[in-house]
Amino acid sequence: MTLTLGHYLVLGAILFALGVFGMFWNRRNLIILLMCAELMLLAVNMNFVAFSAWSGDIAGQVFVFFILTVAAAEAAIGLAILVLLFRNMDTINVDELDQLKG
Amino acid sequence: MTVTTVLFYLFAAVLVVAAFRVVTARSPVTAAMHLVLSFFTAAMLWMLIHVEFLALLLVLVYVGAVMVLFLFVVMMLDINAKQLGSGVRAYLPLGLLIAAVMVAEMSFVLTRDWWNPDAPLPIPASDFNNTLAVGTAMYSEYVYAVQIAAVVLLVGMVAAIALTLRRRNDTKPNVPSEQLKVKASDRLRLVSMPGQRERATGVNDTAAASASAAANGDK
Repeated sequence: MTLTLGHYLVLGAILFALGVFGMFWNRRNLIILLMCAELMLLAVNMNFVAFSAWSGDIAGQVFVFFILTVAAAEAAIGLAILVLLFRNMDTINVDELDQLKG
Repeated sequence: MTVTTVLFYLFAAVLVVAAFRVVTARSPVTAAMHLVLSFFTAAMLWMLIHVEFLALLLVLVYVGAVMVLFLFVVMMLDINAKQLGSGVRAYLPLGLLIAAVMVAEMSFVLTRDWWNPDAPLPIPASDFNNTLAVGTAMYSEYVYAVQIAAVVLLVGMVAAIALTLRRRNDTKPNVPSEQLKVKASDRLRLVSMPGQRERATGVNDTAAASASAAANGDK
């Protein structure tokens, strides 16, 4: 039984579903929500890398490089907003962040 | 079963368990540590299919930088994990339902035969250099995208610094530009005082002088 593309795609699907599930499970803790977003990005990258390796096209790997760049910037800004939020509101509980009355 | 397949199943099991612990961990530190483990295992999985450059990049950038950033923020925030962890899981059935729907949709897509399902991994030539190939593509075909990515990183850095910078009123900072512009006349004032000489006088004169000084008093 050789390694096929399906193995990696199923693994990516499981990872993405875990990330989505985590978004609902940890609905209150903002920092774990950010980690779940990172997990979903990892699943997407897994699919890109697998398709790139099996099709022999290097473009998929270049795209993963750009996804990593944007994800790093997103994590930095997200965590800065988190620190600012905690400094002003003294909480990162999503339920208590109702300033916009949405 | 080849060795590669056995390794894939081993790493995939570790990855899924670590990701599950990220999602269900009580403490954010535990979640961050398991996220490190899942990124590392994902890098191993990419290494298995000859994607060496991105595997090393994932270890360096994610495990080395982004996760350290997460851990620093977790340390800086004084969060009450119990208060955040407890509470009604009102959205749990909805979350399970959506996760199940997504797995079903993906397995439906993945079981279609729009690619050859049994195709083995194409083995690259022995002198194939993955880093060279990615670098050549990045700096020839995607050079503008690389520059835009650099701008995105710059904006991210500036935004993170600008958001968390705060002016504090209870500190007395140095202002180097003011300190450099200072002249000697700003710090030192020369006062011309004429010299005075005290003459030795008689005892009576001294007593009278001290009495009159006492009478005048200190005003």
